[in-house]
Amino acid sequence: MTQIADYPTLRRPEAFTQDGLGWVPWAPPVPEDALTDAQREGLVEPGRATSPYFRLLARDPEALRARTLTDLDIFHNENGGIPRWERELSAAAASRVNGCVFCASVHARAATRLSGRGDDVQRLLDEGTGARVDERWDAITDASAALTATPSAFDARHVERLRAAGIDDAGIVDQLSGAAFFNWANRLMLSLGEPEVV
Amino acid sequence: MPHDVIDHLAEIPAGSRLDEIRRARPDAREHAQQSFLALLEPAEPGELALEHRYAVAAYVALLHDAADGAPGTPGRASAFYLELLADAAEAALVDGVRDAAIAGRASGPYGDYREPRLRGEAVAGPVAAIERGVLGERLAVALEHAHLLVLHPRDARPEALRALTAAGWGADAIVSLSQLVAFLAFQLRLVHGLRVLAATPDPAITDPATPASAAALEEARA
Repeated sequence: MTQIADYPTLRRPEAFTQDGLGWVPWAPPVPEDALTDAQREGLVEPGRATSPYFRLLARDPEALRARTLTDLDIFHNENGGIPRWERELSAAAASRVNGCVFCASVHARAATRLSGRGDDVQRLLDEGTGARVDERWDAITDASAALTATPSAFDARHVERLRAAGIDDAGIVDQLSGAAFFNWANRLMLSLGEPEVV
Repeated sequence: MPHDVIDHLAEIPAGSRLDEIRRARPDAREHAQQSFLALLEPAEPGELALEHRYAVAAYVALLHDAADGAPGTPGRASAFYLELLADAAEAALVDGVRDAAIAGRASGPYGDYREPRLRGEAVAGPVAAIERGVLGERLAVALEHAHLLVLHPRDARPEALRALTAAGWGADAIVSLSQLVAFLAFQLRLVHGLRVLAATPDPAITDPATPASAAALEEARA
């Protein structure tokens, strides 16, 4: 039977943080030297073979490959839409609502790096998506939080508020995609392993 | 099978503004569809049979349906996944999945935190206990895991994966099951958001694919 791992002495984070965290798997990843060609292709970027998270997801290489290519285009394609940092903010807000400390750390850090607004990002982590920053920021975090609820609470008022804040429909689709994508990633990160202070 | 399931579920017509906007992220659009194919229509389903994939998808979609909908009236995405299930499984199994989803409805995300300084933010909520009956042990345990992932993923602990292995699921199937549920959490939200966006017309813009603007174009040509 598949062995599921516990980490009784793991150094766990205490709360949300922008510090870099590690992540340990509960289910067994594919050992690096046992990756098949199809699994390596599923990783998309060869360097990801060192990551236990991606080597675990490599057990379904086609799903991993499609997941990764969806992710990269949503967050890196700069043809129109909202700036990349606002997509990262959408991802961080969704992660804050779901409670994914690992995902929130990665995307809060990215939002800070791309925007230079580390103090505002830290307020999102410390106070939650109810923290008020400015109208455009709040429109994005509120829309991302509403979309993250099950059933989703995103409605026409969110659209109107995003538009009033100067975001066009391509930008709204970026916000939706960024928040929706982290409803995918959060569930994997939260349920297949846990973060570690490194 | 529709060529693009998100367009199909969100009812985005070819050539509309939302179609153009989605096509400006061509890899995201293409690989959301490839994710659907990898998880719902894989060439080699392995341990997670197609019938079980459709059952999980129908269950997950029903859990995402708006609470104000009449019970038993599935939304468009739920109807789509229930139809896939009905084509592959007996009617009694379809009913069992539907009943389990109606019994499992709740407002998420809730759950406890592993992180000590976040425990004050814990929100209590139901844990699914699904009747085995027509579903059988393996599928019922998979649906219980899906309920955890959909509604209270921060409650996940190693014990949840041990419940899957005890029911006979191997590591590959656990990854595919987790991806399936997590992907649907993305797809169903994006569909919901796109539908809201399409239903909230921007007064400043006319859509080239709407009948009104087509009529205006005709008039301009005349």
